[in-house]
Amino acid sequence: MSDALRFHYDVDGENFTSAGEASAQVKKKLRQLGFSPDIIRRVSIAMYEGEINMVVHAGGGKADVFVYPENIEIVLEDSGPGIADVELAMKEGYSTAPDNVRALGFGAGMGLPNMKRYTDSMTVESELGVGTKIVMKVNV
Amino acid sequence: MKIREIKELLNAHVVCGESIMENDVFSACGSDMMSDVLAFVKDQGVLLTGLVNPQVIRTAEMMDMRCIVFVRNKVPNESMIDLAIDNGIVLLTTPTRMFEACGKLYEAGLRGKLKETGGDGNV
Repeated sequence: MSDALRFHYDVDGENFTSAGEASAQVKKKLRQLGFSPDIIRRVSIAMYEGEINMVVHAGGGKADVFVYPENIEIVLEDSGPGIADVELAMKEGYSTAPDNVRALGFGAGMGLPNMKRYTDSMTVESELGVGTKIVMKVNV
Repeated sequence: MKIREIKELLNAHVVCGESIMENDVFSACGSDMMSDVLAFVKDQGVLLTGLVNPQVIRTAEMMDMRCIVFVRNKVPNESMIDLAIDNGIVLLTTPTRMFEACGKLYEAGLRGKLKETGGDGNV
């Protein structure tokens, strides 16, 4: 574990325009590290959806990406309202996003399912009123 | 299909990326919902959309898409154009509506084919 590379980002919850900047930077870093386009795409899409979720639902949060020899781990943590029913939130099409978010092209109820779709493992820990922590891994 | 052919088929205006119009695209996706776009990876794709905000460019960037066509004469702003230039994405605007634009590209041979990807969802 000592040889992991770590990238840390603070995700601004006030600015929808800048959402995705952290994922874009991770994408560039992974490209520099020589990962395959498929791995890079899976990591960056999963993280991007998570980043959008943090901006839309939680007022921002923090994102850490760890590059291990065997996998890439994405850890997203926020102090938002939490997810009442994680199982329900994982269903495609289920969304609690307000209409103004839909008008921006998100809130289709695909964010969490997409994050699961593109990663090899994903855990969601959430407590109402406390926040949400998501850990995703993509094997390399 | 060359991006230049898309421009011609849709009578589109090139907003940025004039120097990379000879690049090939192999698949297309038409949607205003970015999470739907993100659900299905396509190889070297073009995105047709009526949505205009920076997350459209970000979505295309994450998906390694080569070209975005804004239908119904929607015009991207400067920050979107800068982001597209940074990522080597061609931006086109067309007066054509979404349904017709998709139909014209489909008729010319472009498809919405999916690329196999990993993860436990395997799209």
